[in-house]
Amino acid sequence: MTPAIELAGVSRLFGAVRALDDVSLSIAPGEFFALLGPSGSGKTTCLRLIAGFDRPTHGKILLDGENVTAIPPFDRSVNTVFQDYALFPHMSVAENVAYGPKVRGVAEPERKRLALEVLELVRLAKLADRSPAQLSGGQKQRVALARALINKPKVLLLDEPLGALDLRLREEMQSELKAIQQQVGITFVYVTHDQGEALSMADRVAVFRDGRVEQLDSPRELYEHPRTAFVARFVGSANVVEGELAKRITGAARAFAIRAETIEVIVAGAPVPAGSLSCEGVLEDIHYHGATSRWHVRTDAGPILAAVRPEGAAPIATARGSRVRLAWSRESIVPLADA
Amino acid sequence: MPTRAIATFLYGRRGYYLALLLVPPLLWLGTVYLGSLLALLMQSFYAIDEFTARIVPKLTLETYRQLVIHPANVDIILRTLGMAGAVTVTAAVIAFPVANYMARYASPRMKAFFYVGVMLPMWTSYLVKVYAWRLVLAKQGILSWFLDQLGLLPALDAALATPVIGGPSLASSYLGMFIVFVYMWLPFMILPLTAALERVPLSLLQASADLGARPGQTFRNVVLPLALPGLAAGSVFTFSLTLGDYIIPSVVGAPGYFIGMMVYQQQGTAGNLPLAAAFSVVPIILIAIYLSLAKRLGAFDAL
Repeated sequence: MTPAIELAGVSRLFGAVRALDDVSLSIAPGEFFALLGPSGSGKTTCLRLIAGFDRPTHGKILLDGENVTAIPPFDRSVNTVFQDYALFPHMSVAENVAYGPKVRGVAEPERKRLALEVLELVRLAKLADRSPAQLSGGQKQRVALARALINKPKVLLLDEPLGALDLRLREEMQSELKAIQQQVGITFVYVTHDQGEALSMADRVAVFRDGRVEQLDSPRELYEHPRTAFVARFVGSANVVEGELAKRITGAARAFAIRAETIEVIVAGAPVPAGSLSCEGVLEDIHYHGATSRWHVRTDAGPILAAVRPEGAAPIATARGSRVRLAWSRESIVPLADA
Repeated sequence: MPTRAIATFLYGRRGYYLALLLVPPLLWLGTVYLGSLLALLMQSFYAIDEFTARIVPKLTLETYRQLVIHPANVDIILRTLGMAGAVTVTAAVIAFPVANYMARYASPRMKAFFYVGVMLPMWTSYLVKVYAWRLVLAKQGILSWFLDQLGLLPALDAALATPVIGGPSLASSYLGMFIVFVYMWLPFMILPLTAALERVPLSLLQASADLGARPGQTFRNVVLPLALPGLAAGSVFTFSLTLGDYIIPSVVGAPGYFIGMMVYQQQGTAGNLPLAAAFSVVPIILIAIYLSLAKRLGAFDAL
């Protein structure tokens, strides 16, 4: 099957800065694909190149098998949902949504009908005559989505679309976006710096770091088998154990990742089951999260390890400076390629 | 400390605070500006005694009747209106690319350079500029010399041979006057237009292109409507400044009268204050009509 999007050796240089450094990836039709990374990692540059707002310094971009590297945005079958929504302030909601058909020469009654149809999909048909200024953040978000979907693009690009919404609305929109994506069957390319968002929505995630793809995998693979320390920390908020501490625990200097929720906090000096790894340290602080709390323990070798402890676990000393023991099973460690 | 006491007193009392801030400017605007405007309006309804040339404070519409029945007066109004319209349209057309460049493409250094460049001429005396232009446009002046170097003198002659706008030389034609007007008021168009274009976020232009609009369509559907408030503000400047000016038409151009010259002459040498006042009311009415038209066209919707 022809990939919906293919990037072949794409680089984008700004002077000496490599915003994107030899990135190759291929996105299947109908896939929900996330570009995840901290700010400045190149994920937004990558999106802008696919949209056509910018051109790569090297490499090729194929859209549905066609080389679109030099084709301007208005001739690409790609539409974008912008981070700031970019709704036209001088047009009503319906006019905003009907903009794509309008510039393509679709007559007034027909495009009005199309606009209402798409607004129905995002459940905003009754606000069609409002002006964007009268909408809430979540409603603007839906209008932006409807406006981008009306052209029936091959690929929909979403640039941190939920970044400006509050937590509850964000979670609501996440499931709604996913539902809409399944309904329309369009390839979604979703840029975000929020690993939770990427993991919960995407079929596959490309983790960006310094202009390169650090790891490209399914959310489960990324979370359970991070290949590098960066991915382990960024995606799973996992502990990365390396150097002296790794040697003390496993007997080898090879770095490994261990997720906070697999670490058990027990009384210092208590015995651990066979096949377990453990180390001891001093409790630095506890962050309360409701159902769980996150314990930060300074190990005797120096580095701090985090452990997630469910509320209601057997009570132990919680005073700062108490000695505790951290233990986990040998199977739960993930060896890392770097660090 | 008294200042602290005053600050404490004012902090919780917005009414006093606002009054303190607004009374001086409102006094100025209300008495000096609106007051004199009203006085002017009153004058235009007074009569003048034909023999003694004394103003008779008796309300009458006679002055306005004279204003509209004399074909010469109507000519003056139409001539001024035509010039103001032509200057405004031309200034807008010339200003748009400059403003667009300043707002969207210029680096911060280049932008500062352009701002200074646009405003620099305003630091020079207005009279000096007008007289300088008279020399530039004179028959043997710099401009005709320059056009001669380019071999464009026949084009200039053809332009000067055109009825109404032509004349013996640029310095004594409406075409020359038009050039000077456009030069003088161009900054007043560029600055508000730049401010308006700067407020259009780049993402709106990208969204437009993303949705399939070619650059021309983006300009018509997004840039122009959002720049309209700036265009309206700029055109009010160029339009009203041209309507009221009396120096440029008396230094450069053909001998026909303009509204400003009439006001100057009627209140000075002719001593007919009511007619001068009636003439000054004309631009006010024209601007009011212009603004209401602009509002109806939606020029201020994007504000």
